[in-house]
Amino acid sequence: MHNPEPVYPFDTIMPESWWVMLNQFLTRVWPVPPALGIDQRIVNGYLYVSPTAITDEAVIEARVPQFLERAGYYYENWDEIYEHWIEKAEDCIRRLRAIEFDPLPEMEPMETVTSRRGTTSAWDLIARYDRLLENMHEMACYHFELHMLGYGALMTFSDFCKNAFPGIPDQTIAKMVGGVDILFFRPDDELRKLARLALELGVDDALVDNEDPQRALSAISDAPNGEQWLDAFEGAKEPWFWFSTGPGYCHQHRAWIDDLTVPFSAIRGYLEKLREGANIDRPLAEILSERERIVNEYSELLPTDNDRDAFRQVLDLARKVYPLVENHNFYVEHWHHSIFWNKVRDLGAVFEAFGYLTDSDDIFFLHRYEVHQALYDMLTGWATTNPARGGHWREEVEVRKQILDKLRSWAPPPALGKPPEAVTEAATVMLWGITTDMVEQWLGAQDGHGEDGPGRGELHGFAASPGVAEGLARVITSVDQLARVRSGEILVCPITAPSWAPVFSRIQGAVSDIGGIMSHAAIISREYGLPAVVGTGFGTKRILDGQRVRVDGNSGVVTVLDT
Amino acid sequence: MTGAVHIRWFQECNASSTREVGGKCASLGDLIGAGLSVPPGFAVTTTAHELFLQSSDVRGREAELLASVDYESLPQVTAASQELRSMVDRAELPPSTAGAVRAAYGELCGEEGADVPVAVRSSAGAEDLAGASFAGQLETYLWVEGADAVLEHVRRCWGGFFTPEALTYRHRQKVDSADELMSVGVQRMVRARSAGVMFTLNPVNGDRSKVVIESTWGLGEPLVAGEVDPDRFVVDKVMLEVLEKSVSEKLIEHRPDLARRRVVVADVEEGRRSAASLSDAEAVELARLGKTIERHYGIPQDVEWAIDADSGSLVVLQARHETVWSRRERRPTVQKKGSALEYVLADLLKR
Repeated sequence: MHNPEPVYPFDTIMPESWWVMLNQFLTRVWPVPPALGIDQRIVNGYLYVSPTAITDEAVIEARVPQFLERAGYYYENWDEIYEHWIEKAEDCIRRLRAIEFDPLPEMEPMETVTSRRGTTSAWDLIARYDRLLENMHEMACYHFELHMLGYGALMTFSDFCKNAFPGIPDQTIAKMVGGVDILFFRPDDELRKLARLALELGVDDALVDNEDPQRALSAISDAPNGEQWLDAFEGAKEPWFWFSTGPGYCHQHRAWIDDLTVPFSAIRGYLEKLREGANIDRPLAEILSERERIVNEYSELLPTDNDRDAFRQVLDLARKVYPLVENHNFYVEHWHHSIFWNKVRDLGAVFEAFGYLTDSDDIFFLHRYEVHQALYDMLTGWATTNPARGGHWREEVEVRKQILDKLRSWAPPPALGKPPEAVTEAATVMLWGITTDMVEQWLGAQDGHGEDGPGRGELHGFAASPGVAEGLARVITSVDQLARVRSGEILVCPITAPSWAPVFSRIQGAVSDIGGIMSHAAIISREYGLPAVVGTGFGTKRILDGQRVRVDGNSGVVTVLDT
Repeated sequence: MTGAVHIRWFQECNASSTREVGGKCASLGDLIGAGLSVPPGFAVTTTAHELFLQSSDVRGREAELLASVDYESLPQVTAASQELRSMVDRAELPPSTAGAVRAAYGELCGEEGADVPVAVRSSAGAEDLAGASFAGQLETYLWVEGADAVLEHVRRCWGGFFTPEALTYRHRQKVDSADELMSVGVQRMVRARSAGVMFTLNPVNGDRSKVVIESTWGLGEPLVAGEVDPDRFVVDKVMLEVLEKSVSEKLIEHRPDLARRRVVVADVEEGRRSAASLSDAEAVELARLGKTIERHYGIPQDVEWAIDADSGSLVVLQARHETVWSRRERRPTVQKKGSALEYVLADLLKR
């Protein structure tokens, strides 16, 4: 299962987009010898993905030369390609932002006449909606252009280490690769800066005393030095507040820029620490020098020059690809997709203004092809001045709301059907933490072979960040519940997003249903030095809110202590 | 200081002192030199051993007896051994040696003057070279208290120089007993809360990125002898994190009986049996220690250690070169030199 929430009809654009855009790279661009990409299926609204392996040795062999030539070209020119990739991504985002959806006017403006353009608001909406979808698919291409090769390189380094140093924890491997200059720490770094500045300018009280971000902002604007802080705040917002409170591929996860609750609560947290005299900076120099120590020590443990050479080569390649693997997330899922969802909302507002939808967000209950229909219905109504045409969309949305509610209350199994013989697709393993064993374990548990019911027993996942912590479980299934997390609790969640980072400064440990060693929960936990177990499959189902649990980030075991 | 001929403090020993103080004491001196915490003590030197053999006339009798002994005949070797050992048992240490040992022991007891318990162990030059067979015959006496008792046990160690196995060993290896003398180490006893062994590689698969620790309650002897099922820790050598831990049921422990002034075998009380005899933090501290020793010698080590019940501090009792995996050819991860791309491809194909 890919995502713990049912997919809204409009949001199917995300999986459907990568169904093509991801797979084409694995099958038609550089034929990854043993893998035929990732297939998908939506069951009762929940998205399931399944990697397709090639088992015929001859077929695999035949794919090798093209893979070497094509993937080789990309690895060879990686830095240059990545630099160009950033330009393409930023340009794509610029064009996305330029797409505007304006309410249909009662009369076309005079300018339609004087400019002699010959086209109208109706045509604008048709063209812009097409451009919006096209822009989404374009970004999806960039998303997977480098991503899969990146994962391949990371997996190679990971496998080398596991072979040479049996039992080496995944988190140690990740530490050797991971840098400190990755973008998804940047928004959080901006919040630290804003907290420090608030203290310097003496506007900290306004932030600490006002939980409501709007009230805090107006209190700051009344303060003597408030203007300076507000300038810095505005500067940080673009683009760093285009940071989704979820993984980014669902419309309901709003970005910080749309909902300041999360960043402001984090700033308050940092201010409290600063007032206590604590250092809130990430120890960058230490992280880097520790990384080099680890690498050198492991290298010295290898028996031959060939091994040391191979270790360095695969490590260098892994590090070369790592910025893209991490940073694409900010460009694609956060920055681009957050804007994308807002643009869809803007179009929803056009429907709302014309009375075709009750609320702008209702547009997400329509599939993107239905939006084409609905749009044309509306334009027909507008053009013929007969708004009654196609008025059934509102009723349709009401029915779908009820269906989605039902689907939401269903507990979907983490895996379906017969497990694949081998999971060969790099991203499936590295990112989602799904291995053949894991799938079998999940299937076993749901078949009733697992002995532990809700609120009892042990859960197994990936040991993602070392250490052991005990505390009360706070089971959070969606981002709007984040505020419930108290200091010293253990966060139990389906999946985390980078924007949840501030909450990690409060918790003692983390458990996620989905995620591999390169998942956000894993990386952030390591950053904050918190024990974490990711990819447990059932954490949010098995652990009850408020139960005492032990998270063992060394062994990957979560134990429910209350029975 | 005249005593220097007869005894030498551990901190004055190092690898080049092996001939004078034997492998075990030389290695302890070396560990102290490397900054490690080793219980204090001194070696009764091989020179003192030679003096003893001469002053007690054992040397002369040894030459006569062994010239005619048929080494193929176990009864003959045993008879020679018994005669030589009983001579050793009856002999007194030369006054100069005895005086030096008493003085050194007095110094070990410190200002309070109370007799401290010591371990008295033979330390032979051949021990670490020849490995197994001879090393196994060396004597160890624990919890020896008082200068008289120390002298008595030094002599007992020297008796071990003439076991049938030792005689046969020297004959087979064609070494002259004058070149293979036995030093005796006198070391302050640690009242161990926990003790055990540590390998600076994984003895299961030879993986050098791990430190494997076995630990039990009390002194380490029952663990070495296989009388208890120890707790086992696998620590990552680079990250210094506990990766695996299995805690076993430890039914007995060796601990000093202070009233009877000796080490006794005691039942471990119920509550402590299944408790870990080592904390994770201690396991990490030990691994750090193992790493330091391994770096010092440049070869994986097999270390005996203990945790002092009074101070809670870790001490090294002995360190030897690991002999099984260190002698094998190591399995490389890649068979031939390649490019990063070739490694990526190989990895994809392997899955």
